[in-house]
Amino acid sequence: MSLTKDDVRKIAFLARIRVPDERLEPLAGELNNIVGWVEQLGEVDTAGVAPMTSVVEIETPMRDDEVTDGGIPDKVLANAPDGEGPFYGVPKVVE
Amino acid sequence: MSDLRDWTIASAADALSKGDVSSVELTDAFIAAMESGRTLNAFITETPELARARAEASDTRRKNDNAQGPMDGVPIGMKDLFCTEGVRTTAASHILDNFVPTYESTVSGNLRDAGAVMLGKTNLDEFAMGSANITSYFGSVKNPWTPEGANANLVPGGSSGGSVAAVSGGLAIAATGTDTGGSIRQPASFTGLVGMKPTYGRCSRWGVVAFASSLDQAGPLTRTVEDAAIMLQVMSGHDPKDSTSLPMDLPDFRAACTKNAKGLRVGIPREYTLDGMPADIQKLWEQGAQWFREMGAEIVEVSLPHTKYALPTYYIVAPAEASSNLARYDGVRYGFRKDGASLDEMYELTRGEGFGAEVQRRVLIGTYVLSAGYYDAYYVKAQQVRTLIAEDFKNVFADVDVLLTPTAPSAAFAEGEKMDDPIAMYLNDVFTVPASLAGLPAISVPGGLDANGLPLGLQLISGVCQEETLFRAASALEQAAAFTARPVMTGGAS
Repeated sequence: MSLTKDDVRKIAFLARIRVPDERLEPLAGELNNIVGWVEQLGEVDTAGVAPMTSVVEIETPMRDDEVTDGGIPDKVLANAPDGEGPFYGVPKVVE
Repeated sequence: MSDLRDWTIASAADALSKGDVSSVELTDAFIAAMESGRTLNAFITETPELARARAEASDTRRKNDNAQGPMDGVPIGMKDLFCTEGVRTTAASHILDNFVPTYESTVSGNLRDAGAVMLGKTNLDEFAMGSANITSYFGSVKNPWTPEGANANLVPGGSSGGSVAAVSGGLAIAATGTDTGGSIRQPASFTGLVGMKPTYGRCSRWGVVAFASSLDQAGPLTRTVEDAAIMLQVMSGHDPKDSTSLPMDLPDFRAACTKNAKGLRVGIPREYTLDGMPADIQKLWEQGAQWFREMGAEIVEVSLPHTKYALPTYYIVAPAEASSNLARYDGVRYGFRKDGASLDEMYELTRGEGFGAEVQRRVLIGTYVLSAGYYDAYYVKAQQVRTLIAEDFKNVFADVDVLLTPTAPSAAFAEGEKMDDPIAMYLNDVFTVPASLAGLPAISVPGGLDANGLPLGLQLISGVCQEETLFRAASALEQAAAFTARPVMTGGAS
């Protein structure tokens, strides 16, 4: 299958990346090259093969569900581009 | 101080413990080299004051008989992907160019606690996505090596390009790297260094800016195999803050560097012979096998039938995980923000301006392969093929101890080459990606020079958690290769 300009526009919005209109067409070409190339995996017989979930077989560790950290709002907000008081500032979300 | 490239971690540890040199003297010499070597663009952020303070503290510890092992007082470079408390950490991206972490990554913290002196944060491809260190927001890195009789600027490889340029140019004794598909081993090969990626889970990923979480592993970039062992010992170990960190005791890596290959079974995977591979690389590979034979090892031809599918598998899995990981850069909590009229517009403008072209390309590919209707066809399929690739390795390691392959399909190339075609660039990692997908430890050891006088590495791969076997084989290979060449351009060496 081949990606169109509209597909790229849709994917770019899903990824929340603004792509200028004039870049959509060339980007569709680039992505089609890559997607076309990875599609060779179709020739591999994977019937009954479990997808890999972990590269090393270890048991998933469990820990107690307890608060071990916190009370450091200044540190948490230290890099906020728009910190207002102990909050993150964002454009108006609710009309 | 003589040629700074003479220093290894081991020789510095020795000189420091004998009192032949102080950490402050050593550190000052490397700070001067870092400053005079700025043409390499190896560092994004230099931290000379911090380095001097840590060197002074190290000398005081030593005076009080409280030195913390072989890395105490040794000046190193830190890839700018490790979060460092109070020191800007950018991942070479515009989107993080003002980010100052309030915490320290486990790996850099382990090195700090062992007394290593951080000289600065080294350059890399943006978010570690690249094989030439040309995608950094802070400019590309120059390889200290130049072809004989030419004046071209070569790339140092990537993504740990600043780390290898710093070490091979004599601006640091060693440096940290991270490897997702070859980002430690390929640049080590391009610069005549040793680059080691341990078993997935040996080094904690906590505090390392994430690219593809099921593949990312930290490791050392050093001049010698012994140094790699010393440094990995400090960097690695179980960390409860990373749920994929291996809950196992560490073997003594340095003790494993016995240089004894007698009785080792060394596998040569036949699928690693590529059409059009440079003759020098084929020759070095055969020479490597011959060295092992002469040292009493047995050479065995083996087959890894799914090798050719490793790269396409990687270029589904890695972008998919990257698109998830990089969703956090939203302009709200940290990093660059571009204001917009609505929340969505702010996200889109922030990420459209904040990410470079290659990062955008990979996030878009990842978003596509994970999107509704395509998830099974691409992502699940790739993870199934990944299982087959890992099984191939498991089968051969029932029969052999290590695998010997070239590290990269070429020597360092000129800036500007392979830039228009992403897939040509991706092929750089053809020999390193399979071990990454299977989570296996692998090391690049400098093997020799090509006809143009450029370094070429040989890669050794071992089974899961078989680092001791790997160090044993690598130390033997290093001794046989006796690689002593150095770049003509001396960088900051004084």
